[in-house]
Amino acid sequence: MSILDMTAVELAAAIKNKEVTVTEATEAVLAQIEASESKYHCYVTVDKEGALKQAAEVQNKIDSGELTGPLAGVPVAIKDNMCTEGLLTTCSSKILYNFVPTFSSEAVLNLQKAGAVILGKTNMDEFAMGSTTETSAFGVTKNPWNPEHVPGGSSGGSAAAVAANECFYALGSDTGGSIRQPASFCGVVGLKPTYGTVSRYGLIAYGSSLDQIGPLCKDVTDCATIMEVIASHDTKDSTSVERNDTDFTSALVDDVKGMRIGIPRDYFGEGLDPEVKDAVLKAAQVLKDKGAIVEEFDLSLVAYAIPTYYTIAAAEASSNLERFDGIKYGYRTEEYEGLHNMYKKSRSEGFGAEVKRRIMLGSFVLSSGYYDAYYLKALRVKALIKKAFDEAFAKYDVILGPVAPTTAPKLGESLSDPIKMYLGDIYTISINLAGLPGLSIPCGVDADGLPIGLQLIGDCFNEKKLIQTAYAYEKERGAFGRKEDK
Amino acid sequence: MAKQYETVIGLEVHVELATKTKIFCGCSTAFGGDPNTHTCPVCTGMPGSLPVLNKQVLEYAVAVGLATNCTITQYCKFDRKNYFYPDNPQNYQISQLYLPICRNGKVEIETEKGKKFVGIHEIHMEEDAGKLIHDEWDDVSLVDYNRSGVPLIEIVSEPDMRSAEEVIAYLEKLRMIIQYLGASDCKLQEGSMRADVNLSIREVGAEEFGTRTEMKNLNSFKAIARAIEGETERQIDLLESGEKVVQETRRWDDNKGESYAMRSKEDAQDYRYFPDPDLVPIVIDDAFLDGIRAKQPEFREEKMARYKEEFDIPEYDIEIITGSKHMADIFEATVALGSQPKKVSNWLMVETLRLLKEKNMDPEDIRFSPENLAKLIGLTDAKAINSSVAKEVFEVMFDQDVDPEKYVEEKGLKTVNDEGALRRTVEEVIANNPQSVEDYRNGKEKAIGFLVGQTMKAMKGKADPGMVNQLLKEFL
Repeated sequence: MSILDMTAVELAAAIKNKEVTVTEATEAVLAQIEASESKYHCYVTVDKEGALKQAAEVQNKIDSGELTGPLAGVPVAIKDNMCTEGLLTTCSSKILYNFVPTFSSEAVLNLQKAGAVILGKTNMDEFAMGSTTETSAFGVTKNPWNPEHVPGGSSGGSAAAVAANECFYALGSDTGGSIRQPASFCGVVGLKPTYGTVSRYGLIAYGSSLDQIGPLCKDVTDCATIMEVIASHDTKDSTSVERNDTDFTSALVDDVKGMRIGIPRDYFGEGLDPEVKDAVLKAAQVLKDKGAIVEEFDLSLVAYAIPTYYTIAAAEASSNLERFDGIKYGYRTEEYEGLHNMYKKSRSEGFGAEVKRRIMLGSFVLSSGYYDAYYLKALRVKALIKKAFDEAFAKYDVILGPVAPTTAPKLGESLSDPIKMYLGDIYTISINLAGLPGLSIPCGVDADGLPIGLQLIGDCFNEKKLIQTAYAYEKERGAFGRKEDK
Repeated sequence: MAKQYETVIGLEVHVELATKTKIFCGCSTAFGGDPNTHTCPVCTGMPGSLPVLNKQVLEYAVAVGLATNCTITQYCKFDRKNYFYPDNPQNYQISQLYLPICRNGKVEIETEKGKKFVGIHEIHMEEDAGKLIHDEWDDVSLVDYNRSGVPLIEIVSEPDMRSAEEVIAYLEKLRMIIQYLGASDCKLQEGSMRADVNLSIREVGAEEFGTRTEMKNLNSFKAIARAIEGETERQIDLLESGEKVVQETRRWDDNKGESYAMRSKEDAQDYRYFPDPDLVPIVIDDAFLDGIRAKQPEFREEKMARYKEEFDIPEYDIEIITGSKHMADIFEATVALGSQPKKVSNWLMVETLRLLKEKNMDPEDIRFSPENLAKLIGLTDAKAINSSVAKEVFEVMFDQDVDPEKYVEEKGLKTVNDEGALRRTVEEVIANNPQSVEDYRNGKEKAIGFLVGQTMKAMKGKADPGMVNQLLKEFL
């Protein structure tokens, strides 16, 4: 097996067994980046020198027995909205085109402690606002399954890098589907953990109450293994939860007998591509055949998820993005007259159209006289959505559905119609509103050969049920991946 | 007959809390320090940083709330107040609007007109901003974030005050309560207590409030009193001349004794307040409240009553001493070491107050220890030093908190009780000053004062003046 074909866990084992060195693995993946970046553009920044330096250091620590974990020596890609000390962090925005953080995000530090080699920073929709990675200020990322199509977003660079073997795994962030949807479009596994499981310290915020960091990777075993490393209680993040059930790999069990799986009818209505529907229902049948109890139910409120999400996320974003003003760091306009003109010009020139749209939307829903009608109402709907899920999880261990209504759209199709783009988030968004974990795993390809994703949703803190279900499905499904580039 | 007007005043008082670290990060709150040395990613608003509440801030805020008879909001939240200004690194201030920590309190004040209650609408917690320095020479502005994130509470009163006297009494009352709690040193000059005055006037007997203005930049009680008088007059003049009072924020210039408009209500920004999603709601249980209640100190009124019972010192002294928690602490600790209350009080009332005034210091700045004051009193009680030496030693003690026993020993300041040595000196003084001796003998009683002085000088001040006087009389 070539190095690049290995999963993260397989590579770490090979390094441990001295079949491969960390430097060999790093060089192999850097060569792959060099060969295919021009086709896909997964990265904003590739830190070749830094990666090779880290590789040597990590190898020493492995040799000395200091590093023994299941990810030691494995090269990783980080979404460009997570701070990395001394390494450019742009959020794919012109306004942070030159921003070099003085500290690393907690999730990245956790990876480094486990012996990760950081390859670079992946492209994304600007400030994670978008579903296609086309809103990046630094060019679009293309889908490795078909470069005429988008990779999804906002963690499109991370998903594409995993699919194109330009890393062994990647970190993404998910505010309304930004891990699960690109995972689905690029045929990789992605998990958005329960809110509070992975520290947000160092993650440049979009919608603070919804943002969560998670893995994008080649299979469910990698997913569980990465989760064990990045999940941590962090006193620097007030919303971080102390959990004593983060032994996610213990759920890698090929058994779904008696697992109660609910399929929301609301997820299979109008707008869902028939090919996606068939692939998802076929996956449900696989689980049923393996002994799971599968039945349909009404989730309701699904239609309200999108307006609720765009109200809350935009409100928080409008405030979170105020700090980008050209004063302390980042882009400042060349010429200006006075303070307010400097603010206006720096921000008008520094932010892209989609970011400005959401800042305006968020400022509007928070403005005096509208706060109750929009923001407060959205918070009430959010509570009702959570309640609807609570009721569902009284009956089911796992909720099963599609990740997105379609497979990856063609480049340039989405931005012209933002409402249509927002509607594409319909199946992923309510999971963030309710703080739930959601996992995306490939379950087939459409007639054009583009991957289809299956979404498994769990109750809060029930990632293990998702991992167990996905693992059992994956065993039955068998290998999944592109033929080219390998 | 001219119309009779009444002034209606409410205050917004900002108090800087005496925590060691900032409200949402671990940086020091110490005053001074080179620009941007007490900073970190959190208090400079770096991308990716997150706030974590300093629990001590909550404890102080609740303690002040309980001491001012407030209802504590047991489920409270922080909100973001959004506005762009470079001293505010995130371009939002973390404050409280919807669910402030304390509500519906009151404090009793006393003026010449008697006692009354001033209602407290709410107390909320928030972070301070950084400081802008405008360099006119280079035409640039610099920002220092050392103050950014220093914890504040804002105490918002009801419009219950009717005169400058009541306002000062209310502020003094708040200051006493907060100082006694140790929650802040409440220094107006240094800005650890700041008051904005909301003022309107109306005809006596009217039910409706008039249009109010908000006055800022008031750095002393005197400035507050002057600003209230000035603004009352300004508003009366407006109404008398048929004009209207405009709702606006005004800035007081205490040197000129007048104010000018900063911004009107029309310019008021929409702060787009909303709950800060980075901070979880604060849930305060009864045990937490009981714990704070149990730690509440003896406040000034209780202390004054107790001093009257326990110590034989004038009521005026009691008022001055309890007017500073720190001074009262020194008084009590010195008495506890065995010094006579009257003598301790004298040192505080006379020499201490004199030096504080001379050095332009607050009682809170007193640095000498009760142990050293007790030792000094012990030295004078034992007549080991005379009173002028004691004052000299006290001045050194006031500055450097030296041990008076060691200091007197090292400097050789002990009173000479060797009668032989003293007799010899007295004889010499008499021999050297025949004119004064003559005058005295001729009935000029005053002449002996000169001779005492000469003897003390010869003894380098280390003699007991009573003894010198006695010996001189004996010889003459």
